Amino acid sequence: MSTKTDTPRDPESGPAAGDAGNDLGAAGSQLSTAPREDVTLPSLGPLGWVRWFWRQLTSMRVALLLLFLLSIGAIPGSLIPQTSIDPVKVDQFKTDHPSLGGIYDKLGMFHVYSSVWFSAIYLLLFISLIGCIVPRTWQFVGQLRGRPPAAPRRLTRLPAYTTWRTDAAPDDVLDAAGRLLKKRRFRAHRSGTAVAAEKGYLREVGNLVFHVALIVMLVAFAVGSLWKSEGGKLITEGDGFANSLTQYDDFKSGAFFDTDTMEPFGFTLDKFVATYERTGPQKGTPRIFRADVRYFSGADGKEHKTSIEVNSPLDIAGNRVYLLSHGYSPQVTVKDGRGKVVYKGAVPFLPQDSKNFTSTGVVKVPGARTKDGKRNQLGFQGFFVPTFGGKGSGSMFSQFPALDNPRLVLTAYHGDLGVDSGLPQNVYQLQMKNLKQYKVGGRAVAQMMQPGQTMTLPGGDGSITFNGIKTWASFKISHQPGNGLALTGAVAALLGLAGSLFIQRRRVWVRAEPADDGSGATVVEIAGLGRSESPRLPEELGALAAALEPDAPLAPHPEDTVEPTDSDGPAEPSEGARA
Amino acid sequence: MNIAAAANETLAHNSNVLVYSAMAIYTLAFVAHMAEWVFGSRSKVGRTAAALTAQATAAAPARADRQGGGTAVLERPKVITKTAAGSRDVPDGPGAAGGTEKGDLYGRIAISLTVLAWALHVGGVVTRALSVQRAPWGNMYEFSTTFAAVAVGVYLLLLTLRKNVRWIGLPLITTVLLDLGLAVTVLYTASDQLVPALHSYWLWIHVSCAILSGAVLYLGAVATLLFLFRDRYEAKLADPAGKQPGAFAASVLERLPSAASLDKFAYRVNATVFPLWTFTIIAGAIWAEAAWGRYWGWDPKEVWSFITWVAYACYLHARATAGWKGRKAAWLGLIAFACYLFNYYGVNIFVTGLHSYAGV
Ligand code: HEM
Repeated sequence: MSTKTDTPRDPESGPAAGDAGNDLGAAGSQLSTAPREDVTLPSLGPLGWVRWFWRQLTSMRVALLLLFLLSIGAIPGSLIPQTSIDPVKVDQFKTDHPSLGGIYDKLGMFHVYSSVWFSAIYLLLFISLIGCIVPRTWQFVGQLRGRPPAAPRRLTRLPAYTTWRTDAAPDDVLDAAGRLLKKRRFRAHRSGTAVAAEKGYLREVGNLVFHVALIVMLVAFAVGSLWKSEGGKLITEGDGFANSLTQYDDFKSGAFFDTDTMEPFGFTLDKFVATYERTGPQKGTPRIFRADVRYFSGADGKEHKTSIEVNSPLDIAGNRVYLLSHGYSPQVTVKDGRGKVVYKGAVPFLPQDSKNFTSTGVVKVPGARTKDGKRNQLGFQGFFVPTFGGKGSGSMFSQFPALDNPRLVLTAYHGDLGVDSGLPQNVYQLQMKNLKQYKVGGRAVAQMMQPGQTMTLPGGDGSITFNGIKTWASFKISHQPGNGLALTGAVAALLGLAGSLFIQRRRVWVRAEPADDGSGATVVEIAGLGRSESPRLPEELGALAAALEPDAPLAPHPEDTVEPTDSDGPAEPSEGARA
Repeated sequence: MNIAAAANETLAHNSNVLVYSAMAIYTLAFVAHMAEWVFGSRSKVGRTAAALTAQATAAAPARADRQGGGTAVLERPKVITKTAAGSRDVPDGPGAAGGTEKGDLYGRIAISLTVLAWALHVGGVVTRALSVQRAPWGNMYEFSTTFAAVAVGVYLLLLTLRKNVRWIGLPLITTVLLDLGLAVTVLYTASDQLVPALHSYWLWIHVSCAILSGAVLYLGAVATLLFLFRDRYEAKLADPAGKQPGAFAASVLERLPSAASLDKFAYRVNATVFPLWTFTIIAGAIWAEAAWGRYWGWDPKEVWSFITWVAYACYLHARATAGWKGRKAAWLGLIAFACYLFNYYGVNIFVTGLHSYAGV
């Protein structure tokens, strides 16, 4: 990209300047710092090609193309299931469409936003951006240190123009014009018989700030994903969590996150409050979710009370704790064949339908024995519904999400749970391999229980009692550095953008010369040039002319030498009236 | 509790009545606009053609307009403007009424009816908000009705500011009727509270900005579309040897503002709301951070907001890049608005994501 200032014709400097460029020379150029388009092929030689490639990459045309590619590249990720959002759906898709799934897999379609090709697009875009910003900044600094370009020969060619005669001396008029323009915060200087002035440099500043802020935001995004940590934890009322790796149900972290130095904090779920719409067409829609917790942070362990809601996470020691979802934990007591209580606790069941909380879960009791004292591990598989529809409904589907008429249905197994092998096991499923179902007369033993009821196992193997229900809530605990940087970048981008789009950069020239008819009068000409045709430029020019008049009062024209312009009447003062 | 619920139900009912009444009056306004166009077509204008043929012969430089003789009263110096190179120097069309008195009368009637319908429409939106005691944009029905109200509001505001936007009346009222029709039939949801994820003041900020941006971008898209037609029309006129426009097209397009004016209007509108759309996305990210624990997660709604934003950035860049101004940039502008629309209808209906509050 060239930073030459004497470009004969600068196609980038706005329509008006582009038009006037032929006559205006330097005056019309550099009103913007946009790079020039250059499509000529290089003379051969590796260096020539490198330079050509770099110039292409940093041209507006290629930036435009990359931007377009970026938006097209983002589309598939919104239509094809993504591993990072819903891995189950991805697997489903792969089984439903095996061949397409294979192709998609190769193309990275299941993780579009971290795929090679998507990264390539935005990295190229950002290289292009940097390659664009740096020379533009230098060019702009050069413009700031230089002076507004001198007046072009024929001011009449400019998009806004006015003239009149006066009896004041040219020098006085120019001095007055210089003073006036400076008072209006133009940068103005006198060159020859004219004053050259320019205003609105903040536009360029805003534009550069905006583009730099985009880079800042990308960096913030990268920092966020490299140093982040994020984990989930399901907690039943009354239980707690302390921040260490082993406490998480699942945990993932960025490449540079150090799991040895996790902040010491923790919290206990005292109570979970949920209310639902009871009537109307949206019956069952949740209204309030609130987790009342006690938390501590740091080594002293002093506890504070607070509540966590969907839109208001808990900020704690550089981490944030979000409420994600909730469900029910039936409380059960299991006695074995000896009559000994071998299990007592609340077991989280997972909702299978997110609306009414029909849930499933298992109870594993590894320590049970028969009445003869033989090892007899017990396993229970069950359904839980918070609101049972009644006997006639015939199904085990919940009718409402709140605990209106809870039921627990269990079937029982015994044998070997497989928990002794040391291999990790899914806590929400029974490993059926070495388990046998309890049956009486060939039919599985199953019982639907209300709180307080007990199911007895055949053969005197024990019993299980359904004591009541607690609620569980699941939380996301996330540590995301770079959020502040991202927000700073976003605000800077917004301010820069506003500056770039709302501030007009424009030049004004005032020329005062003795009239060439020898009458001794002075001809004043004022002309303005904006980066784009703006209705404000002619208005501003009119105001400038009016403000200059006291120092250059209108004098009568000796003879009407000027032909009337086109019969359409006076030129429109501003196109604002049109558009 | 029950009394309050009943009061809310009455309000919700009133809101529906108001929206239906607004639709009836918009329909009348639509008819009046049609009459305006029909009566306007009886006039013979042809200013564009005249200007285009004149241009070829006399490309006069701008001159000071100072007649009146030496002794005449000294007038203030006039500022002369010159149009940009490359754009045809043609005057704006006279508007739908085509300068006919009757057409103009119907046009004025149409605008009065629009004002009335809009008042009812806004009443409908406000009573709906009162009935649910929250911002009226918790589901697609509410979003659509509010969106149309804001679009008409912006149009009326521009009219009050004496901008020449009467030409947008007919297309706007037509689409408002379509939008409202869709809202009351397909998208209708009875008034109700919000799910907890939507309980946040960011809802007010984020969604109101999204609606306002969309409504204004819509006006820009209409202007862009008309620009493409009008530009083709002017190009045909400028080339007398080529195929000439048909009588109907000529009659309609002749009365629109010039291609340059339409293009400029579209650019200004789009550029003005682009920062607002940027802010909408930032506000959404802040809200997502509070609600879901990450400010950006490539949720389909987020993806399409991003695509829309990049598409408008493309459009703005195209406007600043030689060789892309005019028709190419206009196409980009239309694509960008199509992205906005898809983000609204397409994503809500066809794609599931965290933003599933469509209520359809
Ligand atoms: C990350 C993607 C980018 C976005 C979102 C973006 C966005 C924008 C926006 C919104 C404007 C304001 C347009 C106006 O003044 O009408 C702008 C202007 C500009 N952009 Fe970008 N831009 C991006 C990348 C680039 C790149 C890579 C380059 C360099 C080749 C570039 C060069 C420019 C220039 C030179 C202007 C000023 C145009 C003028 O003053 O006439 N931009 N950009």
